[in-house]
Amino acid sequence: MTGLALLIPVALGLGLLGLAGFFWSVKSGQFDDADGAALRILIDDEEDGL
Amino acid sequence: MNAGSSLTAAAALSRSDFAVPAIRCAGCISKIERGLLAQAGIAHARVNFTAKRVSISHLPEMTMPQLVTAIADTGFEAQPITEMAADPAAAEAHALLKAMAVSGFAMMNIMLLSVSVWSGASGVTRDLFHWLSAMIALPTVIYSGQPFFRSAWNALRRRRTNMDVPISIGVSITTMLSLYETFNHGQHAYFDGVVMLLFFLLTGRWLDAVMRDRARDGVSALLKQTAPGAMVLGTDGKTVWVDASALHPGMEMIVAAGERLAADGIVIAGKSSFDLSLLTGESAAQVVDIGDVVHAGTLNNDAPVTVRVTAAGPDTAIADIARLMEQAGQGKSLYVRVADRAARFYAPAVHTLALASFAGWMIAGAGWHESLLIAVAVLIITCPCALGLAVPAAQIVVAGALMRAGILVKDGSALERLAEVDLAMFDKTGTLTRGRPEPINLDEASPVQKAVLLALSRASRHPLSEAIRRALEAENVVAAKLDGVRETAGSGVYAQFDGKEVSLERPDGSVAYEGLATELRMEGYAPFAVHFADQLRTGAADTILQMAKLGIHSSILSGDRAISVAPVARTLALTAQTSMLPQDKLDAIARQKSAGHKVLMVGDGLNDGPALAAGYASMAPASASDAGQQAADVVFMGDSLAPVATAIRAARRTQQIVRQNFVLAIGYNVIAVPLAIGGYVTPLIAAAAMSGSSLIVVANALRLRSAAR
Repeated sequence: MTGLALLIPVALGLGLLGLAGFFWSVKSGQFDDADGAALRILIDDEEDGL
Repeated sequence: MNAGSSLTAAAALSRSDFAVPAIRCAGCISKIERGLLAQAGIAHARVNFTAKRVSISHLPEMTMPQLVTAIADTGFEAQPITEMAADPAAAEAHALLKAMAVSGFAMMNIMLLSVSVWSGASGVTRDLFHWLSAMIALPTVIYSGQPFFRSAWNALRRRRTNMDVPISIGVSITTMLSLYETFNHGQHAYFDGVVMLLFFLLTGRWLDAVMRDRARDGVSALLKQTAPGAMVLGTDGKTVWVDASALHPGMEMIVAAGERLAADGIVIAGKSSFDLSLLTGESAAQVVDIGDVVHAGTLNNDAPVTVRVTAAGPDTAIADIARLMEQAGQGKSLYVRVADRAARFYAPAVHTLALASFAGWMIAGAGWHESLLIAVAVLIITCPCALGLAVPAAQIVVAGALMRAGILVKDGSALERLAEVDLAMFDKTGTLTRGRPEPINLDEASPVQKAVLLALSRASRHPLSEAIRRALEAENVVAAKLDGVRETAGSGVYAQFDGKEVSLERPDGSVAYEGLATELRMEGYAPFAVHFADQLRTGAADTILQMAKLGIHSSILSGDRAISVAPVARTLALTAQTSMLPQDKLDAIARQKSAGHKVLMVGDGLNDGPALAAGYASMAPASASDAGQQAADVVFMGDSLAPVATAIRAARRTQQIVRQNFVLAIGYNVIAVPLAIGGYVTPLIAAAAMSGSSLIVVANALRLRSAAR
């Protein structure tokens, strides 16, 4: 039982952390442009603009 | 980022959004973002690839035309998006996504606890787990249940019932009963069932919302906004940029070549030709002179003109057609979607069944506690999880498949209506044909002539030179090197090639009367006249044939004169009605409607707008006018007509899958409900049955992935 008293809050806490992270990502617009995000990894940032 | 960092420190930056339909690849994203950042006055640029938009933070003193030029310098055509108001539909999808995430999180955690209860936890452990489940489930039901509670309450207030009423009643009664059980150390609590129910239902709703959003984003990016404003000549002789909403009669607008008019008016200075295709669908430009009336939305082709505004905003000819469209579209809003039709029978049936089993067990002497438990089990088991997923899951899969094939479906009801059409009416210009002039005799030109033609046509943005450029670039012609290129608006492009004068200009009378043409003059060569014609879309004949195979009879409704419709009608072997005004097209559709036909209208021009809105279902090509795209249920891209038949086939297959899904969902109920009424359903069975049937329905819907082929 003592194990449960520790493990259940830990499990719930980790889950809540994930949920909070998801909420934050929705709010900061990370789901607004899903197709674009997939393409952006192809852009070479190191290349000097001009 | 470096170019912008010095600017971000400056005070208030303005933000403007632009639709850039030509964004197609990762290269486009970086080209636009880097190109814009390199320009003075722009602090930040961000491309939204999904919506095909660019959002720019810039110094407040930069005007719309300056920003459009800035984007044009990076090689892309942009249209300003005027309304910046928060989008209620997108907000709804976000709210649903959050509710779904919360219920999904709660479902996983409660299941974890439930598994130990099912596998035999008893006494204090079971009570502890029930209490924990209650603590997770209560806030979840209150938060994630909101969309259903609100919709159910709205329906009840109007003395109606919908699918959300049994859901809401089921969810709240089950939650309360489970709480009661938990208090009294009962054996079964249904928290897992409640939360799982919410999760599956929210998934269905969210899929539905996403589908509407995606299509709307795609369409709005394609929309060619009418001019957001105009350069207006002030009393002191200076010109200022005035927003379209602030224009009023009497103002004098200066309209440069290549600009769209922002208001109706009379030409008071200058001579040019106007592209009226937005209003009439006719591709040939019309010459306008001082005193001629011009309309908002039309495009100035050749030379700058000054226009005195006679009507602006809601008084323009365009606004009139928009009103006609709105009236015609009212019939469509009466259409009841398949899912709602099912709910109409389903909701009362579920209520009666649950009530009957409660009464039945009471009469049988089971006591109110046990009877209520059984009634709740019936409600939970019959709650339309699979039924709620049956329609949206199928429709989102097929909409995704169609989108990959270049066909945008605006919402689910469009698919349902499209599947039922039995008669198709096509507009001619821009629908059966490509709606733009294309050179027809370039094969007769010598390689040198072609090279010079390409170089000259690249120097001008006139529609005819763009047509030449497109055709020659498609043939991989290499442009000749020219010196001293200059364009004289209204007459042509002039340059030197190998020290000799060359020009691409308006032909003299003898050639001009034969229709659209332009003439290439080179020293040492005879003048070469390039003739243009509006070509049929590829696959037009084949599409008409396939439609006939689907049992759909086609005909032409055109605003053009009989003489220009006849060749098209002959080639495609279609009957045609010609010289029709927007009202005539409406009447033609109304006649077929009263004869019991379900008409599919396919058109593109603003003049087709009302007809598109009135048709049982409607399609428009992506090259269509703003109004046409807005009125149509389905927008297809590319130069082929084949998407029309593809979309209908896909819609019919979708309806087939939806019907199968209904059978699966109801079939599961037929098996599960007697068990529930008999009192044999435990939370374990409810959870297994619910997720099992939902998964089967989704798996069945996934078969539609290849429907657009």
